[in-house]
Amino acid sequence: MRWAAVIAIAVLLALPAVLGSYAITVFIFIFFYAFLGQAWNIIGGYAGQLSVGHAAFVGLGAYTSAMLSIHAGLTPWIGMLVGGVVSAALGALIGYLGFRFGLRGFYFVLLTVAFAEIFRIIALNTDWVGGAQGLYITFTGDPRQFQFQDNRVYYYVSLGLMLLATGVVAWIERHRFGAYLVAIREDENACEALGVDTFRYKMLAIVVSAFLTGIGGTFYAFYLFSLQPNSVFGIPLSVEIVIRPIVGGSGTILGPILGSFILSPLAELSRTYFSQGGWTGMHLIVYGALLIGVVLFLPQGAYPALRRLLLRVRG
Amino acid sequence: MSTLLRLEGIEVGYGDLTAVREVSLEVRTGEVVALIGGNGAGKTTTLRAITGLLPVRRGVIELDGQRLDGLSPSRIVARGLAHVPEGRQLFPTMTVRENLELGAAGREARARRHETLEWVFRLFPRLQERNRQLAGTLSGGEQQMCAIGRGLMARPRLLMLDEPSLGLAPVVLKTIFETLAEINRTGTTILVVEQNVARALALSHRGYVLENGRIALSGSRDELLASGHIKQAYLGL
Repeated sequence: MRWAAVIAIAVLLALPAVLGSYAITVFIFIFFYAFLGQAWNIIGGYAGQLSVGHAAFVGLGAYTSAMLSIHAGLTPWIGMLVGGVVSAALGALIGYLGFRFGLRGFYFVLLTVAFAEIFRIIALNTDWVGGAQGLYITFTGDPRQFQFQDNRVYYYVSLGLMLLATGVVAWIERHRFGAYLVAIREDENACEALGVDTFRYKMLAIVVSAFLTGIGGTFYAFYLFSLQPNSVFGIPLSVEIVIRPIVGGSGTILGPILGSFILSPLAELSRTYFSQGGWTGMHLIVYGALLIGVVLFLPQGAYPALRRLLLRVRG
Repeated sequence: MSTLLRLEGIEVGYGDLTAVREVSLEVRTGEVVALIGGNGAGKTTTLRAITGLLPVRRGVIELDGQRLDGLSPSRIVARGLAHVPEGRQLFPTMTVRENLELGAAGREARARRHETLEWVFRLFPRLQERNRQLAGTLSGGEQQMCAIGRGLMARPRLLMLDEPSLGLAPVVLKTIFETLAEINRTGTTILVVEQNVARALALSHRGYVLENGRIALSGSRDELLASGHIKQAYLGL
């Protein structure tokens, strides 16, 4: 397992040498969405608290570092951490409201969606942050400003983010914290009766998850050079974040990565392909069909099924 | 003997409904006390209130002279109380070992968990054999052992058991109750909630009878066994 991971990382590190520029772009999407999915996995997968509002953290992180860069000249390398902290604070607020007042299941889903929507509407109507037009970042190509001439740098940065989040999840899984999160997901009442401070661990999970997701916001802003409230705070982005771990296997360490390797190229290719034929939005139908398939045939996601298959092959 | 747990006139309810009212009882250090009564008498509600899983509307709960009511379950468990819930409530997709380790939630319990685990395995050798098996695949009796073991992992001064006899075959029941007696002999005070009145009283020093949310009767084991009301209503004699 450890060797497989080392080999996989080595291959991913060497890959840009042989890839064309479009393929590199596809890989950047794979890594970036795997990173967001992995960050979501902590609260949504392990702790079982279904957030469908993670776009709020992406958006807040993105707006924070972009505003700091544009108006205060602060480098996004630091703005990234500030954005992470601001998102973590929002995570703490959402978590406090949800967990202190016992919102579980659908009610927690609604709470997270509501927060993302509130931020979307605020951003749309606040001229100070660009309103509906959003924010545009002038391209300078200066690495100190998180801007790179060469697409391959974004490749490595996004790969680094994915590995960072995966490392965090691996650490969590190996420690008591991870066991508590899984126990909370399996049976929160029983967990509480054992004297586990479930509120504290859920709070910790959402704060870490929001912090990482907020960092992702900076990558989003400084990779695309523009931010629009509808795309960065919108429900579609939240769905993109949630769907990868679910398809790949939520609450598993490789689930979000596997899910992103399946879905991100599919999304990218179908978007390009269908929009050429005038079928804009068709990729969402492909998503829908795939999700139905996963729910029907692989309710725990692709990773657990793949693992069983590999174990059987190995004998 | 000093008083370990004291309930003074507690009232607990759900919404508009009052499930338990004016319940007072005490458990002294080293005792086994049974809380018996029929379905819906308020036994589980009382235990859940002691653990802090339900708010107490009126009255006082004290452990070793310190107020428990109003504290969170994690604080209460850290004070030395463990609750083995009705129906076991194990984590079915985790192994026996993982379930047991989750019971050591407090700081001190965690520090001494290896030592406690050895003790639990000595009490229930079956759990050691099934160490790595998923808890959901255990038999009913083994699940109950695992749930009791998980409670003991907190190194409680007071172990509270909710219907440990539920759904168990007589042979298994006998083993488990013998082990409970041994746990008590080695220094753990026990409060057991049971519908199986004969079993519960055989294990206990004293008992309280809960009917319609109030204490209807209390006394030593022998007094309760001799009571006409108990014979008629619970023992079917």
